[in-house]
Amino acid sequence: MKILVPIKRVVDFNVKIHVKSDGSGIDLANVKMSINPFDEIAVEEAIRLKESGKASEIIIVTIGPEKAQEQIRSAMAMGADRGILVKTDAPIDLGGVEPLAVAKTLKALVEKEKPDLVIMGKQSIDDDSSQTGQMLAALLGWAQGTFASKLEINDGKIHVTREIDGGLETLELASPAIITTDLRLNEPRYAKLPDIMKAKKKQLDVIESSELGVDYTPRLEIITVNEPPVRKGGIKVDNVDALIDKLKNEAKVI
Amino acid sequence: MSILILAEHDNKTIKSATLNTIGAASQIGGDIHVLVAGANCDAVAQEAAQIAGVTKVIKADAASLEHPIAENIAPILVDLASNYSHILAPATTFGKNILPRAAALLDTQQISDIIAVESADTFKRPVYAGNAIATVKSSDAIKLITVRGTTFDAAATSGGSASVEDYSAPETTGLTTFVKAELSVSERPELTAAKIVVSGGRGVGSEENFAIIEKLADKLGAAIGASRAAVDAGYVPNDYQVGQTGKIVAPDLYIAIGISGAIQHLAGMKGSKTIVAINKDEDAPIFAIADYGLVADLFDAVPELTDKL
Ligand SMILES: Cc1cc2nc3c(=O)[nH]c(=O)nc-3n(C[C@H](O)[C@H](O)[C@H](O)COP(=O)(O)OP(=O)(O)OC[C@H]3O[C@@H](n4cnc5c(N)ncnc54)[C@H](O)[C@@H]3O)c2cc1C
Ligand SMILES: Nc1ncnc2c1ncn2[C@@H]1O[C@H](COP(=O)(O)O)[C@@H](O)[C@H]1O
Repeated sequence: MKILVPIKRVVDFNVKIHVKSDGSGIDLANVKMSINPFDEIAVEEAIRLKESGKASEIIIVTIGPEKAQEQIRSAMAMGADRGILVKTDAPIDLGGVEPLAVAKTLKALVEKEKPDLVIMGKQSIDDDSSQTGQMLAALLGWAQGTFASKLEINDGKIHVTREIDGGLETLELASPAIITTDLRLNEPRYAKLPDIMKAKKKQLDVIESSELGVDYTPRLEIITVNEPPVRKGGIKVDNVDALIDKLKNEAKVI
Repeated sequence: MSILILAEHDNKTIKSATLNTIGAASQIGGDIHVLVAGANCDAVAQEAAQIAGVTKVIKADAASLEHPIAENIAPILVDLASNYSHILAPATTFGKNILPRAAALLDTQQISDIIAVESADTFKRPVYAGNAIATVKSSDAIKLITVRGTTFDAAATSGGSASVEDYSAPETTGLTTFVKAELSVSERPELTAAKIVVSGGRGVGSEENFAIIEKLADKLGAAIGASRAAVDAGYVPNDYQVGQTGKIVAPDLYIAIGISGAIQHLAGMKGSKTIVAINKDEDAPIFAIADYGLVADLFDAVPELTDKL
């Protein structure tokens, strides 16, 4: 079984971002960039399937700037076999290429690489869209198992447990399928130094986005980006009695 | 202009986020139709017909639609789409799962999780866990949108008298079959609609200790939430998670107990009217946004609070 894992280069989840004062975007100067955390979970899940003998090859793909090769190398250091960068010049401060165009690009790669499974994140933590996996599944006419907290593959049968608002749901998916990861699926490993060195020699192909025939013209025009209204901190109360008094007599919420 | 709303329901009643989605639709303006796709879901269709502002209910009633499987519902939206300028769904796990599938089939770039309507084609949505708000204008012919419930008023559940039209659902794709669900059952209010939410974090320390949080919640008639750390550690089920990648809540009162206040958590609750934080670390970031902060050991303060209320 061949697994394709789309990953995205995003601002690290620990960074407090700053909106540019002219409202044109987010300031990315000297900001730490990482693999989108949900995609790290996807890479880990693919590696575990390989370690258990169920998968044979793991291909990482990203659509993004030249520098996104760093994130592909990180995924290969974790244990993925090879990588593909579809290079675009689109600015990435507001999420980069839109989900629909990413899905179309991934579809082109799926048709070329013919994976049996695609595992990807449920959400990018920059644009917070939560769309791409569902869109790719639609374009391919494949089954989708989104927000997965458990994935079991036995005799070609895929069982996916999904985190839904009411609790958990388990679905059986026809193969091939798209899985999107939720936080509880696994805990990604840290790459070891020798593996980081080895990853430098793994195959990483760079494709120009223009080669795939996808239209990257944005459908959504960003009119402006603003800081949200700041929520001011209030006061500290000395004890429980004072808290109850404030809630009853000042905030009037109990 | 007509707007189609994809209703979230359990074949018995409509979920409240659907009402907020209708609230957003009424800000866009135009006729509002509701799609109720389910099995033996006539009660839901009748309920939808009563909602203020709804002029038509389309009922797709078929055994194959008993569970909201995206592969089966998206084609219905695609089939109906040409009659509409907008298709809206709540930004819940239900809407997030189904709507992008329909959007891709319609070659449309969905707009996720809107928090404001500027005009029929321009909307505000949070990015970077709500640390920036983008105003985006769509050039697509049909706009597919998911709606953050907490920022739109719910439509009234009565006052409407819509017609109910039957729609015969196409054959299912057979790609996906439902196996089972393990749903949390609770007598408490629903987390995203509750007036008061009491949330516990890693500081609570164990599943057993969460009883302290439950007692306070029961005293206040509150829903219970949690941080990711508390869910990951198994103190509470996944559906309790509040935050960027969990549930968004905006109650009148949010009490954060043993929660540090990471940006991913704040993203899910900073729209609350009054925020209380109880934490033994006086430098915890949660205090920077709390209206009332109490620096205390939760194992002392929370039982005392419960007793004295
Ligand atoms: C991709 C991604 C998505 C995420 N999504 C979410 C999300 O949706 N929601 C979310 O919540 N998090 C999310 N997180 C995690 C987030 O970054 C934090 O790790 C998490 O919110 C921390 O939870 P916590 O505050 O309970 O734990 P900690 O940060 O460990 O804080 C525990 C707090 O408890 C206090 N404490 C300990 N003992 C006591 C005591 N006896 N009395 C009083 N106080 C005490 C401590 O002082 C501390 O402030 C996400 C992270 C990533 C990477
Ligand atoms: N530019 C990209 N390159 C590769 N994968 C992506 C890209 N954008 C999104 N994805 C994948 O799609 C998932 C969901 O992203 P989104 O729909 O933007 O929230 C991410 O977790 C990634 O797995």
